[in-house]
Amino acid sequence: MIRLPLVLIFSGALFAIGVYGVLARRNAVLVLMSIELMLNAVNVNLVAFSQWLRDGLVAGQVFALFVITVAAAEVGIGLAIVILIFRNRETINVDEVNLLRW
Amino acid sequence: MIEQAWLIPVIPLAATLLIVFFGKREPLRGAGISILATGAAFVISVAVFVQVLGGAHAERSWPWFEIGDLRFEIGMNVDGLAAVMFVVVTLVSLLVQIYSVGYMAHEPRFTWYFAALSLFTGSMLNLVIANDLFQLLVGWELVGICSYLLIGHFWEEKENADAANKAFITTRTGDVPFVFGIFVLTFAAGTTNITEITELAQGGAISAGALTVAALLLFGGAIGKSAQFPLHVWLPDAMAGPTPVSALIHAATMVAAGVYMVGRLFGVFAGSAEALTFVAVIGAITMLIAALLALVQDDIKRVLAYSTVSQLGYMMAALGLGPAGYTAGLFHLFTHAFFKALLFLGAGSVIHAVHSNRMSEMGGLRTAMPVTFWTFIIGSAALAGIPPLAGFWSKDEIIVEAFREAQYGVWIVAVLTALLTAFYMTRAIALTFFGDYRGQGHPHESPRVMTVPLVALAGLAAVAGFYGAPFLEGGFSELVHFGEEAHAAQFDLGMAALSVGLAAVGIAAGWALYGRWRERDPLRSLGPLYAFLDRKYFLDDVYLRGIVRPIQYPIAAFVNWTSRVILDGIVNGFGILARLLGRATEAVDRRVVDGAVNRVAVGTGWTGALLRYVQSGNVQRYAVFLFVGVAVLAVIFTRV
Repeated sequence: MIRLPLVLIFSGALFAIGVYGVLARRNAVLVLMSIELMLNAVNVNLVAFSQWLRDGLVAGQVFALFVITVAAAEVGIGLAIVILIFRNRETINVDEVNLLRW
Repeated sequence: MIEQAWLIPVIPLAATLLIVFFGKREPLRGAGISILATGAAFVISVAVFVQVLGGAHAERSWPWFEIGDLRFEIGMNVDGLAAVMFVVVTLVSLLVQIYSVGYMAHEPRFTWYFAALSLFTGSMLNLVIANDLFQLLVGWELVGICSYLLIGHFWEEKENADAANKAFITTRTGDVPFVFGIFVLTFAAGTTNITEITELAQGGAISAGALTVAALLLFGGAIGKSAQFPLHVWLPDAMAGPTPVSALIHAATMVAAGVYMVGRLFGVFAGSAEALTFVAVIGAITMLIAALLALVQDDIKRVLAYSTVSQLGYMMAALGLGPAGYTAGLFHLFTHAFFKALLFLGAGSVIHAVHSNRMSEMGGLRTAMPVTFWTFIIGSAALAGIPPLAGFWSKDEIIVEAFREAQYGVWIVAVLTALLTAFYMTRAIALTFFGDYRGQGHPHESPRVMTVPLVALAGLAAVAGFYGAPFLEGGFSELVHFGEEAHAAQFDLGMAALSVGLAAVGIAAGWALYGRWRERDPLRSLGPLYAFLDRKYFLDDVYLRGIVRPIQYPIAAFVNWTSRVILDGIVNGFGILARLLGRATEAVDRRVVDGAVNRVAVGTGWTGALLRYVQSGNVQRYAVFLFVGVAVLAVIFTRV
C-alpha cells in the first residue's frame, strides 16, 4: 500500500508539468497533451482519495472513469480543431493563432 | 302676425350668418339663402302692413342692460311709418338681390356679396323697428359699415377702396354729433325709449334748449347718412360699388336711414322751431346744389347719385316744414325708393351691356335694350314729376305744403329744382338711349333675371303715387302722420299745373340741347360756371386741402414716429433681449451639456483603449489569467 502523501506529491508534480506544458509550449498538439496530463493528475487524485476514504460507493473511481471519457471526447474535438487550423493556416503554433484579438 | 314683427330684421340677420358659413355649398352660392330670407321678411312685412292698415299697433320692449338708473331695451315699435318702411325695404332689397344674381354672376366674392346684402337689409330693418335710441344707433352704425363693405366690394382698384373710405369717414363725421345728440336726449329725457321721449318732448317735459341742441346734433347724423350739404360728397363717389348696391343704398337702406331717423324722432325736431328751420334750409340748399351738379355729369350713375342727393333734400326740406310737411316728406321717401331703385338697376343694366359708365360712350340703346329703355323712361318720368307717376304726387305735395306754410324760400327752390330735375333726366335719357351708339361692341338686352325686377319696379314706380294721392281716402296720410290728426294731402290745381309745366319746360329744354349728339357739351358755353359745377363747387378740394391733408400729415407723421421709435423700439428691445438670452443658453448648452456628454465619451474611449490589451487573442495568455485566477481564489477560500 502506497502512502497517500506520496501519491499526492506525484499527482501535484504531474499537474504542474501539465500546467507548464499548456502555458509554455507553442505546439498545439503538445498543449493538448499537457491538458491530458492535468486531467490524469486529477484522476490519480480521485482514485487515491477514493481509496484513502474507504468509500463504499467508490464514487471517486467512477468520477475518474467519467473524466477519462470526457478527456477522450475533448481530445477528439481538440485534435479536429488543430487539424482545421493547420489546413487553413499551415501552422499549429498557438502564438500565431490569435484570431480572437481586439 | 304683428306680434312677430321682430322676425323681420332677425331673418335677414340670421341669413347673413348662414351664408357666411354655408353659402358656398348652396346651389346658388349663397344667393338662394339671401333671397329666401328677404322674401320671408317681405311676406311677414306685407302681413304686418295689412294688420297695421286695420288699425293694429304693436309696441314691445325687452330689457337689454342697465347702467345705474338707465334702462336700455331692445324693442319694436310697429306703427304706420315702420310698417311702410318694412315693405319698401324688404321689397326693394328682394328685387335688388334677384337682379344681383344676374349682375354679379361673374364677379369675385359672390357669396360674400350676398352675405353683406343680407346684413345690410337686416341692419336697416333693425333701425326701422327700433324703439330704443341705442338699438337705433346699432342699426345706424351697421348700415354704415355695410355700405363701406359693399362700396369697396371691388377693392382691388384703389379708387374703389378710396371711395369706401370716403363714404365711411364722411358719414362718420356726421355720426359724431349724432352720438352726442343721443346722449343729450338720453340725459334730458332720462330714458332711451323713443316713444317715451316723443311723449316727453311733446308734453313739454324737456326744455326747448335741450330739444334744440339734441335735434341739431341728431340732424348732424342725418346730414352724413342722408348725404345732405355739406357732407353730400360721399354719395356720388359711392358709385364705385356694384350698381345693385347703389340701388339699395339710394333707395331702401343707407340714405333712407337719415330721413327715417328724423321722421322717427320727429317729436324732438317738432319741439324746436330753430331745428326745423335748420333742417329746411339744409334740405333746400342740398336739393338745389345737387340738381345743378347733376347737369354736368358724364357718368350715368353720378347723374342718378346727384339726383338722389337732390331728392333727399326735398324730403328734408319737407320735414323741416314741421308737422304739415311730415307726411309729404316721408311719402316722397316711399315713392322715391321705387323709382330710384328702378333707375339704378336700369343704369346697371346699361352698364352691364356697354361696359362703361360714361354716357359719352353710350347712345342709341333704345333699340338694343327695349325693356331697359322703357322702364328707365318710366323711372325718369316718375322722378321728373310727370303725372300720374309716383314722383308727381309726392313732389307736388311737398311743393304745395311749402307754399301753404308760407315757406316761400323753400317753395321757390323746390319748384326750380323740379325744372332742373326734368332737364337733367332728359339729358341722361337722350345721351344714353337716343342718337347713334358711340361705344365698343354690340350691346344687347340683359338676361331675364335682371329685366324682371326692372319691370316689377317700373310697375311700382307707376302706381305707388296713388297710395298717397289727395283723392284717396285712408291712404298714406292715415298711416303716417305726426300728432293725432291725419294731415291729408292737399291738391292744388295751380301748383300741379305749375310743376308739370316746369317739368315740361325742362324736358323740352333738355331735348332741344341734347336731342342731337354734340361732341362738346352745350352747357360748356356757360364758361366759368360750368367749371365751377364740374369741380363740384370745389368742395372736395376744400375738404381735401383744408381738412384731410392738414389732419392726415400730422397723423401720418405721428403714427410714423410711434411706429419707428416706440413700436420698433419695443420690438428691437425684445430682439436684443432674445439674442442675449440666446447667447447665455448657447454657452450653457455647449459647455455644460455638451461638455458632460463629450467627457463621458472620451472617458469611455480611454477605458476601452486601456482594456483592449487584455483581449490579446493569445490563448496561452488567457490560460495564464485563468490559472492565476484559480490560484488567487484557492488562496482566498483556503484562508476562509
